[in-house]
Amino acid sequence: MSDIAATASAAPPVDVSASLPARLAKGFVGRLVIIVPYLWLLFFFLVPFVIVFKISLSQSAISMPPYTPVLDFSSGWSGFVGKLKQLSFDNYLWLTQDALYFKAYLSSVVIAGISTILTLLVGYPIAYGMARAPATIRPTLLMLVILPFWTSFLIRVYAWIGILKPEGLLNQLLLSLHVISEPLVILNTYTAIFIGIVYSYLPFMVLPLYSSLEKMDYSLIEAAKDLGCPPTSAFWKITFPLSLPGVIAGCLLVFIPAVGEFVIPDLLGGSQTLMIGRTLWNEFFSNRDWPVSSAVAVILLLLLIVPIMIFQQAQARAQEQGK
Amino acid sequence: MKSLGSIRRAFAPWNDPNAKPYIQFENVTKKFGDFTAVNNLSLTIFEREFFALLGASGCGKSTLLRMLAGFEEPTAGRIMLDGQDLRGIPPYRRPVNMMFQSYALFPHMSVEKNIAFGLKQEGMPSADIQKRVAEMLRLVKLEQFAKRKPHQLSGGQRQRVALARSVAKRPKVLLLDEPLGALDKKLREETQFELMDLQQELGLTFVVVTHDQEEAMTMADRIAIMDKGEVMQVATPAEIYEAPTSRFVAHFVGNVNMFEGKVADRTAGTARITGASGAQIVVDNGDAKPGSDIVFAIRPEKIKVSSKKPAEGVNALEGEVYDIAYLGDMTVYHVKLDDGQIVRASALNAARISEDPLTWNDRAWVSFRPDAGVVLTR
Ligand SMILES: Nc1ncnc2c1ncn2[C@@H]1O[C@H](COP(=O)(O)OP(=O)(O)O)[C@@H](O)[C@H]1O
Ligand SMILES: [Mg+2]
Repeated sequence: MSDIAATASAAPPVDVSASLPARLAKGFVGRLVIIVPYLWLLFFFLVPFVIVFKISLSQSAISMPPYTPVLDFSSGWSGFVGKLKQLSFDNYLWLTQDALYFKAYLSSVVIAGISTILTLLVGYPIAYGMARAPATIRPTLLMLVILPFWTSFLIRVYAWIGILKPEGLLNQLLLSLHVISEPLVILNTYTAIFIGIVYSYLPFMVLPLYSSLEKMDYSLIEAAKDLGCPPTSAFWKITFPLSLPGVIAGCLLVFIPAVGEFVIPDLLGGSQTLMIGRTLWNEFFSNRDWPVSSAVAVILLLLLIVPIMIFQQAQARAQEQGK
Repeated sequence: MKSLGSIRRAFAPWNDPNAKPYIQFENVTKKFGDFTAVNNLSLTIFEREFFALLGASGCGKSTLLRMLAGFEEPTAGRIMLDGQDLRGIPPYRRPVNMMFQSYALFPHMSVEKNIAFGLKQEGMPSADIQKRVAEMLRLVKLEQFAKRKPHQLSGGQRQRVALARSVAKRPKVLLLDEPLGALDKKLREETQFELMDLQQELGLTFVVVTHDQEEAMTMADRIAIMDKGEVMQVATPAEIYEAPTSRFVAHFVGNVNMFEGKVADRTAGTARITGASGAQIVVDNGDAKPGSDIVFAIRPEKIKVSSKKPAEGVNALEGEVYDIAYLGDMTVYHVKLDDGQIVRASALNAARISEDPLTWNDRAWVSFRPDAGVVLTR
């Protein structure tokens, strides 16, 4: 009797000794999987950033590479430390002294902001229409959104010159339809930049919007209507708030690259457009001033980290809300 | 104090020729493409009734409910509510509310915001909304959960939020699509009674869709049995069980034995039926013509199994005990008749030791009175 009780109480519910190595192995694999993205970030983001940051602290020089000092160990440890001491924040100071840079940053942010809002206005109805289309034709619609990526971005932007120029397709069409009597001047204006950015970045807006709208349960809309909510109001009270993660993701995916955009303002915006991407390009290739252009790039990066962090927070919140 | 049972017994507007119908489906047909989901269906539901639509999955129950809610328009026929033709009235203007099968709680709103949603839509002053929401939370016992989001609740709690939200507006009719479908068995049984209490307390008309016959029998005043978009029978649970009008209904609800045969002759209200093997039974019957094929349907508990031949005046058929299932409160016998038909009979275990113990392969008699079952012609 007593030993029955003893075995009963001594028997553990799980065999710990057997499961321990298994659990350790699982932990190891789990950690390895987590490490991969960190390694990726280290080699393809952090290392290049450190290099750029170092160049931004150097001085321009007529040499190869065109800056000084070049950090190496050719003159031993003390030489290395001596070179480190030559680094300075002078380039950043220079950026604050010339109003051009500030204006370029500001106008880039404004242009990117306006373009992002325009892309959202164009992209939301497209994504909504796709998400509400019959399930059988949704893959086709998705394909059509992605299709432009199969042609070179540069060629597609060039094509817009042909459309927008004074004697281009758009003006010819409008003139022949007698909508206008004089050719519209669109090319080499901000309007052309907006058109170019909205066109080029539309898929980046549509895809996250579509994915958040598509997974939304349609019975929520029916429930809202059932409770006395007309369709428009149901959209603003249910559909739109629930698609916010998609809106934020889409806006950031458009805004971030648009701020640093160089090709579109250069090809469509004409010479007078002030955008930080062009400034960067000029510093780098025309002036061959690597340190200043590196400083411009570092500031741009810091400027963009703020929206990225907002994005991540929004995503974390969406994930928490998900299930 | 009157018990629930006595109130219910007194409530039978469907027997009153002067009672005003509240909801009427008049020859309603609904087609999706060339598929007919609801076929020329007519149905009358009365005010304050707890009405159940019972049928297998895909028979058109939800479609019927969604037409009442306004999410689908009938292809033909019309739906009347309180004397008003509902055609063309959008869901947000109909005085009905629906509790969705998936609950459809708004994930970005707290429990109280969910419940208040419909009240805000109708422009109720916010002080009144607060009072009503508090009342609803009390009714479904979720006071402590007012600030939670739906994903922070258990399945049972979400079900109650959905219920509270759909009754908050005091609709004329509450539609419930499989309201207990996602709950586990124990919770489902408790909630059935809560739903019945709630309906009594608020005095609303409930139309509930279910594929669970026990659930429908427990809760409903009347049940409509549906099959392939058509109503097979509308009756009280007891009538459905004791007096099914078709083989389909007899089979669908509970267990049943079917004796098939030809009417041999009739005498004053009874008919003698001859089965394929020549065995004869006498059953109560109003109007089956001699020579016609009919079915006598009888429930297992109406059949007695005994080792000795029963006295005259009852139908008795001989066979052998084929299977016995002892279920505690009762015992189910399967008796294989000499013509090969297997009869299911159940006996209540009223005494601890049976007076007439039977075991496998014993010869046995099954017997039943002529009025213990119903004669079916379809
Ligand atoms: N919107 C629709 N389009 C096409 N077929 C539908 C639609 N809604 C329901 N059906 C079909 O109608 C039939 C009845 O559906 P439903 O009313 O949901 O059945 P249930 O009795 O299970 O609630 C099913 O066969 C279903 O596939
Ligand atoms: Mg259904």
